[in-house]
Amino acid sequence: MAPILKLIAQRLALGVLLLLAVSVLIFAGTQILPGDVAQSILGQSATPQALANLREAMGLNDPAYVRYFKWLGGVLTGDLGTALSSGQDIATSIKGRLWNTLFLAFWAAIVSVPLAIILGLLAVRYRNGFVDKLISGLALASTSLPEFLIGYVLVFFFAVKLQWFPGISTVYEGMPFGQRMQAIALPATALTLVVLAHMMRMTRAAILNVMQSAYVETAELKGLSAFNVIRKHAFPNAIAPIINVVMLNLAFLIVGVVVVEVIFVYPGMGQYLVDHVAKRDVPVVQAVGLIFAAVYIGLNIIADIAAIIANPRLRHPK
Amino acid sequence: MLSLTRIPLGAVIGLIFTTLFLLTAIFAPLIAPYGLGEIVGQVWEPSSANFLLGTDNLGRDLLSRMIYGARTTIFIAVLATALSFSLGSILGFTAAVVGGWFDMIMSRFVDLLMAIPTLIFALVVLSVLPTNIFVLIMVMGILDSTRVYRLSRAVAVDINVMDFVEAAKLRGEGRRWIIFREILPNALSPLVSELGLRFIYSVLLLSALSFLGLGVQPPAADWGGMVKENKDGIVFGIPAALIPAAAIAALAISVNLVADWVLNRTTDLKGGRGNG
Repeated sequence: MAPILKLIAQRLALGVLLLLAVSVLIFAGTQILPGDVAQSILGQSATPQALANLREAMGLNDPAYVRYFKWLGGVLTGDLGTALSSGQDIATSIKGRLWNTLFLAFWAAIVSVPLAIILGLLAVRYRNGFVDKLISGLALASTSLPEFLIGYVLVFFFAVKLQWFPGISTVYEGMPFGQRMQAIALPATALTLVVLAHMMRMTRAAILNVMQSAYVETAELKGLSAFNVIRKHAFPNAIAPIINVVMLNLAFLIVGVVVVEVIFVYPGMGQYLVDHVAKRDVPVVQAVGLIFAAVYIGLNIIADIAAIIANPRLRHPK
Repeated sequence: MLSLTRIPLGAVIGLIFTTLFLLTAIFAPLIAPYGLGEIVGQVWEPSSANFLLGTDNLGRDLLSRMIYGARTTIFIAVLATALSFSLGSILGFTAAVVGGWFDMIMSRFVDLLMAIPTLIFALVVLSVLPTNIFVLIMVMGILDSTRVYRLSRAVAVDINVMDFVEAAKLRGEGRRWIIFREILPNALSPLVSELGLRFIYSVLLLSALSFLGLGVQPPAADWGGMVKENKDGIVFGIPAALIPAAAIAALAISVNLVADWVLNRTTDLKGGRGNG
């Protein structure tokens, strides 16, 4: 058991280092402007005095690395600073929104993951047949579809024409579960469709890869039933790549959520980020960008760890 | 030789539509019935003989704006792709040939950039940069070049140890010769098939940014921006926003069909993406 724990600890430490480097990058990304934040808030017509005051108030006179460590220290203690545009505490505004976004992404994942695996299995079972071609064709098409086409087509038909679901997903605190589910039905469907095709295609490739290997052929030739071939030989070997595919796409979901939230005016992190990019509210953008990156990196670490646990071969690196 | 009759049907359809989109983009001012910002009718008129696709949220002819939008969308996406390709491949080849600390630093930096979702990092950077087409192309091109870098480095590492490259090195050729005369011609085919995929990615990223209001600014419009302009009509049952969205999809699918075909033709070559 010990080597596994060591590998997992290594992977976690690597993730923390990566996250630290990413925080530097995000901070640096907001410093590349020749002017500074004070200038962009006040605009070109600002008086030098007003600029100097704002710079002083925001601590912009400190060198960049001092500001970075102040910011990082704040983030580590849960203090994300205050929004420039509204003066509100960022951490409190984010809490509810983060929960909303996770709720939406959770339901999209619950639907899309099993569906993608089942469709991927079907495609392999009827390989090169009609079902496989149909699934592959749809997958090719849907990787080319922008999220907003899927979103607005859903709104157009299910919210406007059929009026089954609301076209604008308003949720509020203390909303009954049933109503909340109805509100997120369309955005969750849109998100599912965004990631489904890619996940399915990669699942198909992963299973196909295993099914074509020599040990599966041996198992078939020695007379095992199809079910046993899959249960004893194909499935244990396919599970690691499938976990990888799933996690990769969940990370993709995190990005898709930004556009989908804007389409459905859903009060989540994505909407919050986009609003504040337009307002050039740098502290909010840094905080939300860092959270998105953290979730993305976190999912990748989970994928790696799950793969290590599922695949004994990865436990003995060269 | 490549015979025309052996091109699969999907690729033919893709080629035809891609060419149509390109021609529309090039000859936009000649084809468009009305001007880009010209207000010619009521708000959101349905399609009629005068306005084939109806009018938009300000009463401008939607077809004309679609045609100009094709120009903006394709122009920016092509430039961003060109930037990401030249930057990514030159740095990737150089890293493979030079090796050592240069390779190490470049590769770790690219890993770092790729650890943040592209759209998120683009939003972070655009929150401080001025919004204009030049900045947009730079941001899209540089962020996307990370993927080209990885591919070209992987391909070049393979080629770099081949006999003819060794021979050139022994002959005393400089690095510039090695990169541009020995490696580049041999790495071209896997890179060309990747070109289509990167172009699609640029189109989709640009559309997403414009849809979020952070890409092309009005009165100019690309297709993503047009979706944003007309999205409020959707709840009234006016499908104007769906037309530019569908155009983006159509362009992406056509290029995808072509890229898929090129990819399949080059998979047996070194550095191809296998049965991807």
